Amino acid sequence: MAGAIVRSFNLPRKQLGLLGQIRNKQQPKNYSDAASEGKKYGSPLKDEDRIFTNLYGRHDWRLKGAMKRGDWYKTKEIIDKGADWIINEVKLSGLRGRGGAGFPSGMKWSFMNKPSDGRPKFLVVNGDEGEPGTCKDREILRHDPHKLIEGCLIAGKAMGACAAYIYIRGEFYNEASNTQVAIAEAYQAGLIGKNSCNSGYDFDIFVQRGAGAYICGEETALIESIEGKQGKPRLKPPFPADVGLFGCPTTVTNVETVAVAPAICRRGGSWFASFGRPRNSGTKLYNISGHVNNPCTVEEEMSIPLKELIERHAGGVIGGWDNLLGIIPGGSSTPVIPKNICDTVLMDYDDLVRVQSSFGTAAVIVMNKQTDIIKAITRLISFYKHESCGQCTPCREGISWMYKILQRFVEGNAEVQEIDMLWELTKQIELHTICALADGAAWPVQGLIRHFRPEIEDRIKNFKVNDLVSC
Amino acid sequence: MIRYLMIRGKTITSYRHGTSINVSSSSKQHGVEPKTNLIELFIDEKAIQVPPGTTILKAASLAGIEIPRFCYHERLAVAGNCRMCLVEIEKQVKPVAACAMPVMKGWRVKTNSNLTQKAREGVMEFLLVNHPLDCPICDQGGECDLQDQSMAFGNDRSRFVDIDYSGKRAVEDKDIGPLIKTAMTRCIHCTRCIRFASEIAGIDDFGTTGRGNEMQVGMYVKKLFMSEVSGNIIDLCPVGALTSKPYAFVARPWENYRTDSIDVHDAVGSNIVISHRTGEVLRILPRVNEEINEEWISDKARFSYDGLKRQRIITPMIKLNGELQNVDWKSALVSVANILQDLSTNKCAAIAGKQADAESLVMMKDLLNKFDSELLTTEQPFPQKGAGVDLRSNYLLNNKISSIDEADVVLLIGTNPRYEAPIVNIRIRKGYLHHEQKIGFIGPPVNLTYEYKYLGQSVELISQLKLGTNSFRAILNNAKKPMVILGSEQLSRPDGAKILAEVQSLCKAINNSTKVPKYWKIMNILHTNASQVTALDLGYSSSLDDLKKNKPKILFLLGADDPCIKKEDFSKTFIVYMGSHGDYGASIADVILPGAAYTEKCGSFVNMEGRSQQTNAAITPPGMARPDWKIIRALSEIAGISLPYDNLNEVRNRIAEIAPHLLKYGDIEPTNYFSQLFEISETIHGTFSDNPIDIKQKTLDQYFMTDAISRASVIMAKCVQAVVKQH
Repeated sequence: MAGAIVRSFNLPRKQLGLLGQIRNKQQPKNYSDAASEGKKYGSPLKDEDRIFTNLYGRHDWRLKGAMKRGDWYKTKEIIDKGADWIINEVKLSGLRGRGGAGFPSGMKWSFMNKPSDGRPKFLVVNGDEGEPGTCKDREILRHDPHKLIEGCLIAGKAMGACAAYIYIRGEFYNEASNTQVAIAEAYQAGLIGKNSCNSGYDFDIFVQRGAGAYICGEETALIESIEGKQGKPRLKPPFPADVGLFGCPTTVTNVETVAVAPAICRRGGSWFASFGRPRNSGTKLYNISGHVNNPCTVEEEMSIPLKELIERHAGGVIGGWDNLLGIIPGGSSTPVIPKNICDTVLMDYDDLVRVQSSFGTAAVIVMNKQTDIIKAITRLISFYKHESCGQCTPCREGISWMYKILQRFVEGNAEVQEIDMLWELTKQIELHTICALADGAAWPVQGLIRHFRPEIEDRIKNFKVNDLVSC
Repeated sequence: MIRYLMIRGKTITSYRHGTSINVSSSSKQHGVEPKTNLIELFIDEKAIQVPPGTTILKAASLAGIEIPRFCYHERLAVAGNCRMCLVEIEKQVKPVAACAMPVMKGWRVKTNSNLTQKAREGVMEFLLVNHPLDCPICDQGGECDLQDQSMAFGNDRSRFVDIDYSGKRAVEDKDIGPLIKTAMTRCIHCTRCIRFASEIAGIDDFGTTGRGNEMQVGMYVKKLFMSEVSGNIIDLCPVGALTSKPYAFVARPWENYRTDSIDVHDAVGSNIVISHRTGEVLRILPRVNEEINEEWISDKARFSYDGLKRQRIITPMIKLNGELQNVDWKSALVSVANILQDLSTNKCAAIAGKQADAESLVMMKDLLNKFDSELLTTEQPFPQKGAGVDLRSNYLLNNKISSIDEADVVLLIGTNPRYEAPIVNIRIRKGYLHHEQKIGFIGPPVNLTYEYKYLGQSVELISQLKLGTNSFRAILNNAKKPMVILGSEQLSRPDGAKILAEVQSLCKAINNSTKVPKYWKIMNILHTNASQVTALDLGYSSSLDDLKKNKPKILFLLGADDPCIKKEDFSKTFIVYMGSHGDYGASIADVILPGAAYTEKCGSFVNMEGRSQQTNAAITPPGMARPDWKIIRALSEIAGISLPYDNLNEVRNRIAEIAPHLLKYGDIEPTNYFSQLFEISETIHGTFSDNPIDIKQKTLDQYFMTDAISRASVIMAKCVQAVVKQH
C-alpha cells in the first residue's frame, strides 16, 4: 500500500510536464477534499496492470487466445477456495458496481449468501448497455468474452448461483454472437456446465438478447424482460436478492464488474485496491467521445484527473483545452460540468459527487465551444422521453413536459422565469419514481441550468429582440 | 369520491381490524404473546401497532389517516405507479410510495409534511398536464378521483404554458363493446382496469402498448372486452376514461337519488345502489358487502335496468276472444275471483317465478291454503323426494359465499358459476389465484377463467367419485377444506333426486375420509334464481308434475316465465299471470295482473347461501302496476276470504310466523342436521338417466338474457349481438 502511495506522488508530475505544474497549484485544495488518507489521485496505468488486454480486438478473442492472455488460469483453485474467500477478496478490492450506481460489489454479492430456502439462485449479468456515450461492455462482450464467462463462474460460485443469464442489448448482434460462441467453447472445454473446471460445481450460462429498450438496463426491468414480460421496473422492496428472476434470489451486476472478478481473485484484492483513491479503487474502462481528436475506450486507473485522461488518451479536445465548453463525465444521465470544473476534477465516484455530477459508467462526453449546449441537452431529454417506460406519472408526464420546454429554450421562445420552473420540475421528477430513469433524465437538465443559465437567458433575450425586429 | 373512499376505508379497516383481533386471539390460544408480532411506528406522531408486512397506507388508514391514491386498490395487486401516495419518512431522502412499502419498526411517517405535500402537488400537476380537463362534458364529473384530489392536494394555479405551443396529448378512443365508453385521452395510466381484467375477471386482453408518454391502455387489438363482470372497470377507473355507455350524458351524480337495494338477476343477492331521478332508474352501482359481492357486480345486474322500461305490463288485461284486452283493476280481479269460487281441494295452483319476493310468495301461499290447496311450486323444480324442503341444508350453498376462496379443493358439478353466478366465480378465481385452490369440473367443457381438472360429462362420475374409483377422489380426500358445488339446474332433470342424493352421499364419503373443520360444509348447491331459496323456505314443495296431474282450475304464475310451463299441459286451466313484464308467462295467460319489478317494491329475498336481504322501492311501478302482495290482498278480498294483512309490516309479521329467519336481514341462519340429511339421502334409490350433464349457459352470449327484465333490455341485446359478432 505504501509503495502505491509513493508512486502516485512521483509518477504523474514527470509524465505531465508543463500541465502538471499548473495543476500542482490547485491540486492540494481540490483533490484532498474527498479522501483524507491514501492516494490523492490516480495516475496512468502500467501495461502489466491492465485487466482487459484485448480491448481493441487485436488478438484472438476465442478460448485459445483468451487462455494465452491468462484467462481460465487455475480457475479451479479459485473456486475451491470457496464463496467466502471470493467475497472477501472482492470486498478487500473495494470494487464498486461499474454499471453506474457504484454499489460495493462484495457487499451486494454477500446478500445472496443467506441460508437457502430451496429456491435456486441466479446471477444476471447486465449487458444492456444503452446509456448514450457508454461503450465499454460491448468491448468485453466481443473482444474478451472469456473474461466475462470466467467472471460469471466465479461470481456465481460466490453467491451460490446455479446459473447465469447474460442479458445483451438487442443491437449488439456480433457481441451476443461472440459471447455465445465463447460460452459454447467453455462448455466444450468443461470449464462451465456440469462439474465446471472439475471443481464439482455445476453452473450454466445462458445468453438472452434484449430488444433495444434502454429501460431494460434497469435491474428489475431487465428481470421482467428475461421473464418475457414488458420491461417495466418492479417495485422495491422486495429487492431482487429476495425475489428476483422467476421469483428466486437474484443478483444483477454489470458486465465489467463481473469481468474484473477473475483478475481480482488471481492477483488479490489488495492489488486491485492499490489503484485509485480509497473507496474508489481499481481500474476502469473509460469511454471518451465527442469533441476530442481521438475518441476511444481505454482502461485507466480510477481517480485519474479528467483533463489528463482526455489529453493522454483522446488526443485532447478539438481546438485545444481552452476550446472546451463542458463535459458530461459519466454517460448521458450525469449532469454536465463546465470547463473550470473539468480542469481539476478526478474521475471517480466521490470527486464527481463533490462537483454535483456523477461517475456513472465513466462515459466521458466532451463538448467544445461549437456545441449548442441547450440543444445537446434537449437531444438527451428527447432520448429519455422516448425511453421512459411510462409506468410512473412523474417520469411519463414530467420528461415530455421538460422536453417541450427545452425545445422552446433552444430557440429562446420562453420566459426567463420558466428556467426556475424547469428547475422545479426536475426536482419534482427526481426521486419520485420507481426506478432511476427519471432521475437520470432530470440531472442533465439540472446540470444545464446550474452551469449554463446565462446562456439560456441570453437566448431568450435574443429571441425577444428578434421578435420585436421582425414585428 | 374521496369521502366515499374514506368511509370505505373505515369500514374495511374496521373489518380488517376485526380480523386482526381475531388473529391475535387465536395466537393467544397457541400461547404466543400477540404483542411481539406487532410493529410500532408513528404516523404523523400518532403511535400505532400493526402486524409485520402491513403497508404504510394500510397502517395510516388504521390510524384514521387517509393517504391519497389513484392506482392503489384494496382488491387488486399493488402497482405503485401513480406516485400519488408518496409520503416522507423521517431520516430518508426519498419519499416512498405508501401503498407498496411495508412498515418498519420505529419509522416516523409524515403524511402532511412539506416534502409530502410537495410530492403530491408535483404528481398532481403531472397528471393534469396531459389530462384534457373536459370535466363539463365528462360523465365522471362529480365522482372523479382526479377532480377531488386535485381540489384537496393539488396546486391552485396552473403553470402549463405549453398548452399554447404544443398542446396536450390526445389518444384515440377504443371500442371495447356496448357497455363501456372510453375516452382514452382522459386516462391517467393507473392500470386498475388492466389489473382487474387479469386478476378478477381472468381476461388478459387488457394491457399497455407503447412507452413513455405514448403509452396507451387498451386491448392491443380492436375487440370486445368479453367478460361478464366488465362493468366494474367503470367504477375502478378513477377518471372518466372508462364510463358507462348506456349512462353517457344521462345525469350528474349529485342530481340522482340513491336507494340501497339488492340485485335479483341471480341468486347471489349482490348489494346494489339504484341511482334514480324523476321516477326512472338511471343506473345501478354496486354497494360494498364483504360477505357477498365485495364491491363487484355482474354486467347483468348493472346494465339490464333499461329492461325495466320496456315490455312492461302497465294495465290489467283479460283475454277476450283469444286476444288480450286492457281492462281496469276491478274487472280483472272480479274475473279471477269468479274462478276461485267453489273450488274443491287442490284445484288452484301457483308457480313462483325467478324474481318473486317473500311477501308475495307468502301471500300466495296463504291464499291457496285458504282454498285448500298445496299446489305451490317454483319455476325451477327442486326434487321433493328425501328431505325435500324440510331440511334447509338440503338446498343451500351451506358454506357461505365468503368462504369459497378459503376452500382448497372445489368440485363443480353441472354448474357454470361464471355465468350462473359471476360473483361466486370471482370467489373461486380468488381461491385459485391466492390460495392454490384445485378445481374439478363435471359437465360440458366451459371456460371458467381459471384452470380446472376436467372430469367428464357423465352423471356416473358422481358415483365413481363416491366409490373412490376416480382419481380426483384422492385430491378431495387430501383436502382440508373441500367443497362440492352442485348446480341447481341438474336438479330439474328427471333424475334430479338421484343426483342430489348421490352428491350428498359423495359429500358424506369425503367427510368420512378427511378431517374437515367443524364449521366447514362440504355440500353446497348453487342456485340460479333469486326467489328459489325464499320459495323453498316458505314451503313451495310441490312439483310441476303434481300440478299437471291435479288439473287445477286456476293457475297463478308469479312472474313465472319458463317455457317448461306449457299451455297444453294446462289446457283447461284458467291462467293468471302476475308480473312486471310481458314475457312468455303473459303470452299464455287468461288474465294479466301488472306487478312491480324489484326496483319498485320492498321485497325480501333469500340468496343462495340463505342470507335474507331486502330490496327497497326506488321508484313507483309504472301505470296501474302494483306491488304483487297488494294485488293478492285485493284479490283475496274480492274472492271473499280477506287475507288479514293490510300493510307491509303485517305481511312481514306473517312471514315471521312461518320462517322467522327471513326477516333477519343480512344474517345467515346456520344450517345443520347434515348427518340426518345424509341418512335420508341414503334411502333414495333410483337410476341415473343416460343423458350427460348439460348446462344452459355455456358461452357469454347465453349469459346476458336469462329473465324477463334482461330479455326486455336493449343493452343486453346489444351485448349478445356484440359477442356473437366477435365469434
